[in-house]
Order: sequence, then structure tokens, then C-alpha cells
Amino acid sequence: MLQILNESLIELHINGEIRKALARPSDTLLFFLRERLGLTGAKPGCENGDCGACTVLVDGWPVKSCLMLAAEAIGHEVTTIEGLDKVPIQQAFVDKFAFQCGYCTPGFIMNCQGLINIHPDASDEVIHEWLQSNICRCTSYQEIMEAIRSVLPSQ
Amino acid sequence: MSAIDQPVRKKDAMALVTGKPVYTQDIAPKDCLVVKLLGSPHAHALIKEIDIGPALQVPGIECILTYKDVPDSRFTLAGQTYPEPSPYDRLILDQRLRYVGDAVAIVAGENEKAVEEALDLIKVQYEVLQPVLDFRRALDHEVIIHPEENWKSLAPVGADNRRNLCASEEVEYGDVDQVISECEWIIEQTYHTKANQQVMMETFRTFTHLDTFGRLVCVSSTQVPFHVRRILANAIGIPKSQIRVIKPRIGGGFGAKQTAVSEIYPAIVTWKTGKPAMIIYTRRESFTSSSPRHEMEIRVRLGADKEGIIRGIDVYTLSNTGAYGEHGPTTVGLSGHKSIPLYGKVEAFRFGYDVVYTNVMSAGAYRGYGATQGCFAVESAVNELAAKMQMDPVRIREINMVRQGQVMPAYYGEKLNSCALDRCMAKAKAMIGWDDKYPCKDMGNGKIRSVGVAMTMQGSGISGVDTASVSIKVNDDGFYSMSIGATDMGTGCDTSLAQIAAECLDCSVENIIVSGVDTDASPYDTGSYASSTAYVTGNAVVKTCAALRQRIKAEGSAQLGCPVEDIEIDGEKVYRVDTDESISLKDLANGAMCGNSNALSATESFSSPVSPPPFVVGMAEVEIDKETGKVDLIDYVAVVDCGTVINTNLARVQTEGGIAQGIGMALYEDIKYTEKGQMVSNSLMQYKIPSRLDVGTIRVAFESSYEPTGPFGAKSIGEVVINTPSPAIANAVYNGVHVNIRELPITAEKVYMGMHKEK
Repeated sequence: MLQILNESLIELHINGEIRKALARPSDTLLFFLRERLGLTGAKPGCENGDCGACTVLVDGWPVKSCLMLAAEAIGHEVTTIEGLDKVPIQQAFVDKFAFQCGYCTPGFIMNCQGLINIHPDASDEVIHEWLQSNICRCTSYQEIMEAIRSVLPSQ
Repeated sequence: MSAIDQPVRKKDAMALVTGKPVYTQDIAPKDCLVVKLLGSPHAHALIKEIDIGPALQVPGIECILTYKDVPDSRFTLAGQTYPEPSPYDRLILDQRLRYVGDAVAIVAGENEKAVEEALDLIKVQYEVLQPVLDFRRALDHEVIIHPEENWKSLAPVGADNRRNLCASEEVEYGDVDQVISECEWIIEQTYHTKANQQVMMETFRTFTHLDTFGRLVCVSSTQVPFHVRRILANAIGIPKSQIRVIKPRIGGGFGAKQTAVSEIYPAIVTWKTGKPAMIIYTRRESFTSSSPRHEMEIRVRLGADKEGIIRGIDVYTLSNTGAYGEHGPTTVGLSGHKSIPLYGKVEAFRFGYDVVYTNVMSAGAYRGYGATQGCFAVESAVNELAAKMQMDPVRIREINMVRQGQVMPAYYGEKLNSCALDRCMAKAKAMIGWDDKYPCKDMGNGKIRSVGVAMTMQGSGISGVDTASVSIKVNDDGFYSMSIGATDMGTGCDTSLAQIAAECLDCSVENIIVSGVDTDASPYDTGSYASSTAYVTGNAVVKTCAALRQRIKAEGSAQLGCPVEDIEIDGEKVYRVDTDESISLKDLANGAMCGNSNALSATESFSSPVSPPPFVVGMAEVEIDKETGKVDLIDYVAVVDCGTVINTNLARVQTEGGIAQGIGMALYEDIKYTEKGQMVSNSLMQYKIPSRLDVGTIRVAFESSYEPTGPFGAKSIGEVVINTPSPAIANAVYNGVHVNIRELPITAEKVYMGMHKEK
């Protein structure tokens, strides 16, 4: 069984690399990514799991990194926005003007990327359901919807 | 035109979609002290004793400040032009605490854990006082919220702290009582709009440090860098010359960041300790200790003749500014000045208001700035008038609306030079299918579908006050650097202002590098608020470009050896009109870097004597569950007259976003307090903003007028788009089930109760 006491060096698989840094048992994955590794793409918006601005992929599934401990991510494949290599959904967000301030955007993009991986055949209903997990205050979500539609093979 | 009315991509788009470190917290030094505040547990109390001894012993604690450690000189956090209309009623820390969450102490330490521990160890003895929580009873209440001698109002706004009065005024045009008494139809009703949170995704945050010269550098997520410089100088008691404010990318503002909510705390820590310091508001703190919309109760009395011509409007607004007066005296004005002028046949009006202090969190600026509240009240009253007369609410607007060319007595006597309100109404009507759907249709499954309408106006900057300056210089190879003091908070003004410059200089938008804002380097701008950026700063761009063109021509005449009158520019080259001789801008710019005494740069300022109003017509289609009263928004149509559209996509997205916020205000959002003044709606689980599933379909169209005083005919768009959903949805509810909801939000409970009361 994994046991971490006090501050310990942990090893995570992040964006295809092995990254080692100190973590306390109570450190969230979000804190670890931002403060220990300098990966600031995931944004703290509420640190309560409500807004989704800190969404990353864990083994391909979107996870709110403020709700996961860094230690829980050991042995899993974590992908942050910094790990996306100009994937179509990023260009689609630009082309469709799917943001204003951009603060929620990395979270939305990671969520959309998860959807693309897991449900390439997603219907509008599935897209609506997935988009509900993130909040944007600048837009009406319509362009985000258009962006995801434009890159899904099924649409 | 090549760059205007185009869907030009946002300049920061690639950085944002790749998650680059561009926001305040992303770029903060790693060694910043963590700054947190101890908040008051009481709505009204005095600190009798405060013991920080044990807290100071916590390893890693750098400093703890209490009211004994800060200057006893009052200031306002409102980001407004000096002399601010908002009263000087704040200290950084005060012995008197005026709302639950009001700052008791500032704690700074090496890490969050130590700071949290120290916060727990601060021992405070409070003398708990009676709070004033009902804003209807605040005026002349026996409890005075600001009894202090050094409370100060800089501007003649009718304030009196001994009466809990932050501002008061009454203006009258014609004899409104007489005119209304002659009317066939009279409506008198009172409407209540709640405080709303801006809920920008990036909460308040600031870091500060000292530079090489010992000056205070403040990097902050703010809409008003130059005002923040003055506010920090006032608060800490140091010269403005010792302060530099920098704005990185901003994760949304919507007016929240027109108040210096977070800056003073790390600033005083850095000034006292010499060390870098950072404060990050949690979402909870952002809810409980910030700057939401002013709660208002608005009484509207209006009279119409037998044909439905509205002849007189009488509006009285009671506004709740909370514990401090930020934006109190100014937001309230818009509740009348931006609602009454929509009705162009009014012969007489009166507009009066009182703004009162209470023991809840201070209100501030939120998109719409009082116009939103006034729009809900006056538009709802007009809808009630139409219903009483059994007239179509679209029709009553068509026969009453203000028209281009009219002088508007209720809008500071300004002449309306551009107005497509009539076309907006016609288009909205066609888009939603009003004639087929009004008033409602029973769906046969226990649900009713119905439609509703509202119209609105805002301003374009604050006339005679807002000031924008722009500097543009020609660099080698002929590219331009444009410095602005306006703050792109996501709205995209770095891009839209570059479009205006590109249009003026006949070049591509990519050829304009935009930088802003750093108060040491950027030209002065009041900041991005009051719907000012496109119009006021946009005009400054036009003016600067004109001056720069003259400079380029002068250099061209020197290099080509001919009189300046013979020189023209086409964006690529400078040429003689009388011969074929020309020099490319690239060669001219590079040439100007050798042995030249003519700076190829220009700086100009702009301020407008007028504030041309943009207009929106909003129409909502809702579905109401007859059994539960639940209202679902099916379709929302907004048709906008913002003058010439600068960036078609940014304008559309901004409109949709404003409508979505307005829908939240109409249906869901409500700041709730316990009877002791504790806020209960302090997380996104309690304070519900719309998600993808809540906004229905929002459809936006533009019907542009041409504003002769605007840059390429443009007016503003930022705020006006939030105003229509509340009254339009309320109207749709009435048209469906004959219930008038006069207090927001429009919850299922209120609709249900209304249906059963009125039966």
C-alpha cells in the first residue's frame, strides 16, 4: 500500500514524462501541477469541483484536479493543456471564438479532448451533458458547442 | 474598409488555448509571502481587544497587521476619476467592522499552512453592535454605520453619513404630477432587484514587490490600473510616484475589478516588510468580501393617454450600497437616466433616489451599473401598462420609442444622433416569430409557451470625464507599437483597437503590436469600464493615427525632398502625389533611425462631451410548467444597435455572454443572508450561474446605426447586452400565466405562488 507521510518525493507520469517533486499527503493535483511543476495551464477557479477550470485528463478521462490528491495520481497517466500538441480542438476554439477572457478555456479544452477520446461519436445530448461540468461566465457556451462539434468525427 | 466589421482573431487567442502562463498568479514570483485576511464574524462590531502574540509565534509568519498599524486616513476603493463621487469611508483596517467578512487583520507568511494557523490564533474581543440589515429601514436609522469624524464626501452627491445616506438627489422635468394626473392609464408599481455577483472565473488577485529603486510594484487583475495607483497612494499614504501598477491578462471582470478589492492588502505588506507578497481570493472570499451589484428597490409611476402614448414617468430608486459606498452615488443614477429616455414622447419626468448604507458587503460596479436594475423596473412597468390596456407590448414600444434626431431631456439633454431601435424591434419580432407566438400557446402537456419583450440603452463612456490616451510609434521595418491604458479583460480590446489603428494606418492588424497596461509606460486611460473602450479609447486611436500620419508625411517630405503637402501614404509606402517617386514605409522607418530628429511617434488623448447610447431589443420565449411554476428558457433573441460593429465575432460573443449573465440574474442568481447578516450563497453550489443547459438558444443580430462622433461610427456594447433578459423573461411569464414577478430572480416558487394567489 502506498504510504506518504509529511513531505515526500513522488513520481508522476505527466504529459508523457516522468516528473518528480515534493508533495505533502494533502496536496491536490492542481497545487502539485502549478506550484511544484510550474504547469500553470490548469486554473484554480473555485477549488471546490464546481467550475472545471482546473480540468486535466487522467488516463484519458477529465478530472477536476482540485478534487484529486497528487498522491492519487501516482501510477496514472496525467495530461495537462501543456501536454496537448496543437490538437484540433485548440484550433477550433480559436476559429469559433469560443472564449473571451480565456481563464476557463484550458479546463474546457481538456474536457472536450476527453470527450473526443472517449465518445468520438457523441450526440448533441452527450456534448451538452459533458459541457455542463464546466462553467464559463464570458460566453453563452454556444461557440464552445460549435467548436467541439466541428472536430468530432460524428458531427 | 478592410479591418473594421471583420471577425479578426483575438491577438491573445493562441496563448489562451495553449494554457500559457499569462494571468497574475501564473507569473508571480515563487517567494511571495502568502497574504490572507481575518474576516469579521459579526455584521456590526467594534474591536475591543486584539491579541496577535500567539499568532506571531507560528513559524513562517512574517507580519500581522491590525487597525493599529495602518493610516487613519479614509479613502474609497472605487476605481473612478478624481475627485471620486464615492465617499472616502474606508480604512485598510478599521476598529469598526461593518459586515460579516470585513477585514479584522492581515496575516502574511511563508506558506498558506502557517498563515491559516496564525489566523486561528488571533484572539479578538468584539463589542457586538446592532446591525442594519434591512435597506428599507436604513435611512435615519438609530444605528449609524459611519459615525466617524473623518468620513468624507468629495463630490456634491447629497451624502450624509449621520443619516446612513451615501447619496441622494431628485431631478424633475416638467410637472410630472400634473401630466400623470391627466392620463387615462396609470401604472404604479415597485420592483426589487437583488445584489448579483459578477463571478468572473479568475477571482480577485494581486501580487506586489519592490523594484530596484524601492518603488512599490503592484501586478493585479484589474480593470483600472491608473485608479489603483491613486487608491494605493491614498490608502498607504505614499506618493503616487512611488507606485507602479501592471495589468497582465485578466480572467474576466464585468465591473468587479473596477473596485480595488484585493490590491491594498499585499501592497501594505510589501511596503512594511520589503518582501514580495500575494493575495489570492478564494471563491468563497470572492463571494463574501467583494463588490457585487447594488440591490435596488425601484418605484415606477407612469401615465399614458388613451392611445397608449406614455406622457409622464416618475421613478424613485432606493439603492443598497452596503457597508461602504463604492460606486453607490453613480450606479443609482443610471437606474433612471438610462431607462426613462427610451420613451421619446414623455412630456414630464421625475427621477429621485436615496442610496443607503447597511451592514452587508459593499456593493460595486457590475456590467449595466444601475441601468440593468432601472431597465427591469421601467420595462416591467411598461409591460404592465400594455397588459392593463390590452395592448401588445411590442406595439406600445413601437409608438413610444425614442427616435434618431430627438433631444433626450432625461439623458442630460443629449441629442440622439444614431438610433436603430425601431429596426432592432422589427428584426427581433421577425426572428422570434412574435406575431405567431404572442401571447402564449398551451402545449397540451401541462406546459405553456409564451413570449416577452424589453428594450434598453446604455452609454458609451462617461461624458466629460472618461479620458483615453494612446501612443503609437513606428519601429524599424515599419511595424507599429501601440500603447494603450485601456485594459483588455477578455473583451478583446487589444484586438479591436488594433483593428481601428490598422484601418487608420492602412496596414494589417498583425502589423500593430499592442501593449498595456503598465502605469509607468502606458499613456493615461481612466480604464475599461462604463462601456468606454471602443468609443472613448477607439476615438483616441483614430486621433493618434491622424497625428502619426502627419509625422510620417513630414519624414517622407524630408527624405523625398518635397513639400509635405505633396506627400501621401498608402500604408506600404510614402509617395509624392506629383511624381512617381516613393519610399517604402520600411525604408523610411529604418532611415529615421539614423541621424534623425523627427520622432516617428504620436500620443493623443480623447474625451467626449457626449455618451451616445447603444440599444438592444430582447425577446424571450419561455416554457412554464403550470403545475410547478418552473420557467425554462427556450429561445432568446437579442438585436443590437452598437453603431458600426468593429469585430463581428467578438461583438457577437460578448452579446451572447451578456445575455447569459442577464438570464442568470433573471432566473437563478440571488445573494442571500441570514437574519444576522451571514451570507449563505457563498459558493458556486449555492450561487448558481447558468451552465450550458440553462441558457437555451441565444440568437444575436445587429442592426447598426452610424454614430457620427464614434470611431468609424461605433458606439459601445459591453454593458447594454445584460439588461433585457430580466424584464423580457418576466414579461413572458406574465403573458403565459398572468403573474407579474416584481422581485428577482423569477423562481418557480414565486411563479407558483403568483398563479395561486391571483386565481
